[in-house]
Amino acid sequence: MENKIKKVDLIFEKIDYVEILDRTFKRTQDEIILDIIDSGLRGRGGAGFPTGLKWKFAKNEESDQKYVICNADEGEPGTFKDREILTQVPEKVLAGMAICGKATGANEGYIYLRGEYNFLLPSLYKVIEEFHARLKELNFDFTIRIKSGSGAYVCGEETALMESMEGKRGEPRNKPPFPTTAGYLGKPTSINNVETLVFALMIAKEGPSQFKEMGTFDSRGSKVFSVSGDTPKAGIYELELGMSLEDFVNEFGDGDTKAVQIGGASGYCVARKHFKETVIGFEGIPTGGSMMLFNSTRSMYNILTDYLEFFEEESCGQCSPCRVGCQQLLKGIEAVKKGIKPPAYLDDLQKLSETMKLASKCGLGQSAPNPFNSIINNFREEIIY
Amino acid sequence: MSTYKVNLKINNLPVSVDEGTTILDAAKQLNFKIPTLCHHDDLCVAGNCRVCVVEQVGNRLLPAACATPVSEGMEILTNSMKVRQARKHVIELLLSEHNAECTICYKNGNCELQELSNEYRTGNKLFLDVKKLRAADISSPSIEKDDTKCIRCQRCVRTCTQLQAVSALTVAHKGKDMKISTFLDKPMHDVVCTNCGQCINRCPTAALVERNYIDQVFDAIYDPKKFVVVQTAPATRVAISEEFGMGPNRSTGKMVAALRRLGFDKVLDTDFTADLTIMEEGTELLTRLKEALVDGKEVALPMMTSCSPGWIKFQEHIFPDMLDNLSTCKSPQQMFGPLAKTYYAEKINKNPADMVVVSIMPCTAKKYEADRPEMRGSGYKDVDFVLTTREMGMMIKQAGIDFGKLEDEKYDSILGESTGAAVIFGATGGVMEAALRTAYEIVTGREVPFANLNIKPVRGMEGIKEAAVKIKDVKPEWSFLEGVELKVAIAHGLANAKELMNRIKDGTANYHFIEVMACPSGCIGGGGQPIPTNMEIRKKRAAAIYEEDEKMVLRKSHENPEVAEIYKSFLHKPLGHRSHDLLHTHYYPKKRY
Repeated sequence: MENKIKKVDLIFEKIDYVEILDRTFKRTQDEIILDIIDSGLRGRGGAGFPTGLKWKFAKNEESDQKYVICNADEGEPGTFKDREILTQVPEKVLAGMAICGKATGANEGYIYLRGEYNFLLPSLYKVIEEFHARLKELNFDFTIRIKSGSGAYVCGEETALMESMEGKRGEPRNKPPFPTTAGYLGKPTSINNVETLVFALMIAKEGPSQFKEMGTFDSRGSKVFSVSGDTPKAGIYELELGMSLEDFVNEFGDGDTKAVQIGGASGYCVARKHFKETVIGFEGIPTGGSMMLFNSTRSMYNILTDYLEFFEEESCGQCSPCRVGCQQLLKGIEAVKKGIKPPAYLDDLQKLSETMKLASKCGLGQSAPNPFNSIINNFREEIIY
Repeated sequence: MSTYKVNLKINNLPVSVDEGTTILDAAKQLNFKIPTLCHHDDLCVAGNCRVCVVEQVGNRLLPAACATPVSEGMEILTNSMKVRQARKHVIELLLSEHNAECTICYKNGNCELQELSNEYRTGNKLFLDVKKLRAADISSPSIEKDDTKCIRCQRCVRTCTQLQAVSALTVAHKGKDMKISTFLDKPMHDVVCTNCGQCINRCPTAALVERNYIDQVFDAIYDPKKFVVVQTAPATRVAISEEFGMGPNRSTGKMVAALRRLGFDKVLDTDFTADLTIMEEGTELLTRLKEALVDGKEVALPMMTSCSPGWIKFQEHIFPDMLDNLSTCKSPQQMFGPLAKTYYAEKINKNPADMVVVSIMPCTAKKYEADRPEMRGSGYKDVDFVLTTREMGMMIKQAGIDFGKLEDEKYDSILGESTGAAVIFGATGGVMEAALRTAYEIVTGREVPFANLNIKPVRGMEGIKEAAVKIKDVKPEWSFLEGVELKVAIAHGLANAKELMNRIKDGTANYHFIEVMACPSGCIGGGGQPIPTNMEIRKKRAAAIYEEDEKMVLRKSHENPEVAEIYKSFLHKPLGHRSHDLLHTHYYPKKRY
């Protein structure tokens, strides 16, 4: 079989970042931002907001103080690529932050590190110290600090993350205002995923065209995937975006792949019959990196129950559609399974999931129904019987 | 700052509003009501109940009307199919979590969730029951906290932190376990809670209510061996009318009539002891000033008022090093209790053991105050039961009394006479104004130099107020005060009080005398007052209080003839031996959690 998967090596490539920074710091803010916009880079955390636009918004704000935040609260189940990036090429993340600082006019950066990744702290501190020394040589004023999370999934949501950084309870804020206007400590803040920042560095290195040539119109460039589940090749892979799920499964499946959960617990479950037409990318199904493969030995009911148990615990609890909705979806499928509620109750729950998507305060509640809907739509009989 | 107008359409009708207006307020201008639960006029925006979601044309999501500012060209639909579906779902979800025992619920008929579920006819239970039953926390003598009724709107948390700077209530846990809790989930009685009850005033359901003592009071009334007297605080008389749908109004006479019909043996007035407080506290202030200015003694200045038990407990927890600054005077309620069971009992020839003193207060902290071990100056529990204005309303309803049709009646004598200076205790700045009216006159022999005795600078809803009065041409015995500029400050709401305390501690402000009331707007906004509350309602109550003052014949505490009589025949002099035993108290430092 022809291998249609294109492996790429941008993220983990060892490079001389000092030379790139030296070059980039000499450019204007607008030049840097225009390159990022031109490259088509979109956020690699999952939501896919155009990175260049985000930087432009932050740059255009008048403020005595601005911040750059690297979102390293990698909490999505099935995602483990940021840990690897921070282990292998942490200096590239720092360099990406410095470029963002230069572009937006911020001289302070923070890495919000997932609590479970605290084992990385000693090595990160060392790299940061070295990095600061390099910046000093380049005569560039930018300081990076680390804040540790405490294990709440919701703190990966950018505004909850900032609340947490400010020492408050990690609850998402109302938007607007967006972080580029009023973020950490109320100051303009551009917050980017670990991987996004490394790509920003690589775009600064090569210019936008190399990046732009990869992928599709809506999904430029490559992406680091965390492959797990029923696969002989579990691990981290950087792949060009825009491939079909069929190609992906041909590469990574065990020959008996029944479904793939794309984008972690908050993502979508795609059944075998849809592998061919499903594109992995922003025009199809986007992912922050998580790709979980399930073979025919797996019960989709158990998988869905797992996801919903995760959400009923990890909702921050402040808004009603999410807090109570997650409980209802879980209790609901349990009741249908036990025959307490009729199968048609699943339709009521799907209407509820629509409300959760539309009316929840943040991305958590808006995306928590994704696995529910996609599993019910594809494997309804497994839920009922 | 100049404001820009923003043009938008709501339900296809054009409207132009100031920049920064929320969709909720813009809709109000067009007379579209968008339901809310977590929103409260006194509090910052939360946007967490999601019952106010609306459809914005072109937006994939349904934004929360309370939390979203308008923008130019916005098109909003407040009652589209999507909105209706989401809104019904949100209400149903909240109900699935809620211990909906409406018929036996304390807030039945005054519950925002009940009202909404009624409005939307959420008949069939769509969702499964996910409520978690747990016994209510009744550790506090003032506040009952029942988590099974809580809808997690966090109004109480915002009240406790933002308005009151107490932070006894906080959010704990996450997801399905998220709840409103205290430090380490300790009982309410064991934490920093001041019992102010502001959370009760803003709770949309019955998750936070007062501990009610209605049955105990009725039992006492029915007991032929008991002689039951009732005292009424200043702020109750302008708010009780709200319990009968009559808005904030002066209704002293009707209230007295209603209490008499309820069967209280005597209807007396806390206003009498408010006047007495001015005599004691005014003398205390002048004594402290003399000790500081003449004797060169180290005395704690500024002196701070002690009428508000929420404020007292706050000070004991948060500023335990400043307890000496508090006036040693008991609050008017707690001056009334021991006098009723000593002076009054003697006059009417009753055994104080057979007496029951009930007070009607705008306050929940007064329930706690009455329980303090210091409050047994008479040898008995000085005040047996404390009821809120709301509980009084319930008693009147239960007894079948048509409040609106009652003819005015007068308080019984003695302990029923009062002045306009006493009634203004109910509004922020009132104690200060009453004290100034008397102290200035004692020192100079002349009335305070303000038109019609109305000391306007100490009135109003500003969080912290300051004023200065120059003392001139004093009587010879007060010569040490000649030319002194008496500096005073007033704070209401504990967040403002904390701010003022911090200014004093860091030396940026300097005063002789400070009035603090724990509740926003003073006692008229007390935690025991009718629900709902907002600035507009509190301003009306304040206006009624000042009108009551102006209508009184006597308007200065030292002119109260009953006060003169009690000094002549019983107390002998302010700060005298008997006063010390009955009318003054001590404060104790408390832990800060």
